[in-house]
Amino acid sequence: MEGFDILISVLASTLRVATPLVLAALAGLFAERSGVVDIGLEGKMLAGAFAAAAAASVTGSPVIGLTAAVGAAVALAMVHAYACVTHAGNQVVSGMAINILVAGLAPTLAFAWFSQGGQTPLLEQGSRFGPIALPFARSLDGVPVLGPLYGGIVSGHNVIVYATALLVPLSAWVLYRTRFGLRLRAVGESPAAVDTAGIDVAAMRYRAMVICGVLTGVAGAYLSTAQGGGFVRNMTAGSGYLALAALIFGKWRPVPTLFACLLFAFTDAIQVRLQGVALPGLGTIPVQFIQMLPYALTVFLLAGFVGRAIPPKASGIPYVKER
Amino acid sequence: MKKLFAAAAIALAMGTGAAGAQEFQPALVFDMGGKFDKSFNEAAYNGAERFKKETGVAYREFEVTNEAQREQAIRNMARRGATVIAGIGFAQETAMTKVAGEFPNTKFCIVDAVVKQPNVQSIVFKEHEGSYLVGMAAALASKSGKVGFVGGMDIPLIRNFLVGYEQGVKHVNPNAEVIANFVGTTPAAWNDPGRGGELARSQFDRGADVVYAAAGASGLGALRAAADAGKLSIGVDSNQNHLHPGSVLTSMLKRVDVAVYNCLKSAKDGSWKGGTLSLGLKEEGVGYAVDDNNRKLITADMEKKLQEARQQIVAGQLPVRAYQQ
Repeated sequence: MEGFDILISVLASTLRVATPLVLAALAGLFAERSGVVDIGLEGKMLAGAFAAAAAASVTGSPVIGLTAAVGAAVALAMVHAYACVTHAGNQVVSGMAINILVAGLAPTLAFAWFSQGGQTPLLEQGSRFGPIALPFARSLDGVPVLGPLYGGIVSGHNVIVYATALLVPLSAWVLYRTRFGLRLRAVGESPAAVDTAGIDVAAMRYRAMVICGVLTGVAGAYLSTAQGGGFVRNMTAGSGYLALAALIFGKWRPVPTLFACLLFAFTDAIQVRLQGVALPGLGTIPVQFIQMLPYALTVFLLAGFVGRAIPPKASGIPYVKER
Repeated sequence: MKKLFAAAAIALAMGTGAAGAQEFQPALVFDMGGKFDKSFNEAAYNGAERFKKETGVAYREFEVTNEAQREQAIRNMARRGATVIAGIGFAQETAMTKVAGEFPNTKFCIVDAVVKQPNVQSIVFKEHEGSYLVGMAAALASKSGKVGFVGGMDIPLIRNFLVGYEQGVKHVNPNAEVIANFVGTTPAAWNDPGRGGELARSQFDRGADVVYAAAGASGLGALRAAADAGKLSIGVDSNQNHLHPGSVLTSMLKRVDVAVYNCLKSAKDGSWKGGTLSLGLKEEGVGYAVDDNNRKLITADMEKKLQEARQQIVAGQLPVRAYQQ
């Protein structure tokens, strides 16, 4: 029974850790499927986290915080699009510039506005997204296996976790079943052909970047106003890059990307549980070794298991009309 | 002509040097957590503020935001004629060793590390002694017999908190279990409240009902997770009882404020000495916080036991082992 309890707590933790990864990876998916490489996911998430925490602490409303986060991230996405789509700039350089810009700007603004050394004030309970108990979670409590599964894993997360769960099939539907999705994918594969068909390539890419901005903003808001309770400098801690890895891992498709994110989050949750636990026959494993596992797994899987990951053909290449 | 220039230059240098010596100019170099981390650096800030209020002498300050800035910051302060420079945190050890050698006439203080130079005062704390007491408090408050520990970066300094905590817990309840986790192995581990919270939650899932966070800003996440889950937490360095009243059982105080205040004050009145100061319960360098926010959580019985243990440790009757021993 103890093992079962541990499994439940690991899986619940997996969902919590995976949420920002999934959001960021979907953001990257829309950007790259339209042909814009975006390594600025990390920076946009951080900007979102800061904007959400700042707005929520001033107004006391997490919803206003979320709106501010989306606004900040979309603004940065537009900067990226302006540099890369309108002016055909180097997409990696622009993305990196956004990361570095936000890493410095967010603590600076936090310092100027709140005078708390680059942090926002800790948020009160009411200005965060709290856990939601799903219906029947209580009444199913007594039911063996199903009760804890439902009550422990499915129920009790905040609204962003559930929204993210719905976003994955929605993204897949948009991408594969709608006219917009078809055009988006076409722009990422062969912009010249799309242009010939009379569709504005730049406009398509701008739209993709707006979606990318919205999703990274939500991911940032999750970090500072749902999972955490305030902004701390560099609080994204590399999850934007991890999301990019998951995206490549999932071969730029929504559902496999979801599973890649879940896998990363699962190794993370497992390593939290493994710390300081004596394993039979092995003894206690050093913390350093356990903390290496998710990254070692990344290299191992990318090298051996995924097979060839082929990016959208036009990804990273600015489209310039022939004159 | 050349000689004249040289003489003029020397006169000028001596003139400015003399002016610098007259003026007492303290300086503080905070570390990566930031001045208002509600914890370690903030304690140093409070000490410096107290000094400023009492003496009316303003101090210079710098907040280090990346690894490369430490040495630059300390050297800049020294070059601009600071009389005494306090470096906050073990991470400044290398930088301070180097700069202290270059400026033998400037006084330096470093908190949490030992720099063996005549012009450096090294202030270290017996964290294990303070952690022992909060460990006892945790065990007394725990109903499940399991308590948690969330450390920041996995270094001997933080292990020292853990070792003291464990001994305190076992002193009260020899069968109690301590679940210990570390946020990471790099300095980024001080700034990851998300992971700090996840670690605390995992400990609650494993049955712990009190968690002691010694993890800088990451610890804020652990305290938050405890408040969310209706469990108890123990803060560190500064008094963190006010963060979540009713959920923070107590805080292990590390009187960095006193250390910084004493450093600046003694430098001002001339009683400053180099060498190593080791502050424990006896010197009131460490302790636990009781105020209005946690008054109800610390029962009279608990407080009595803590006071007894405190006196025994001070008197040397109750040995507390440090991690380094």
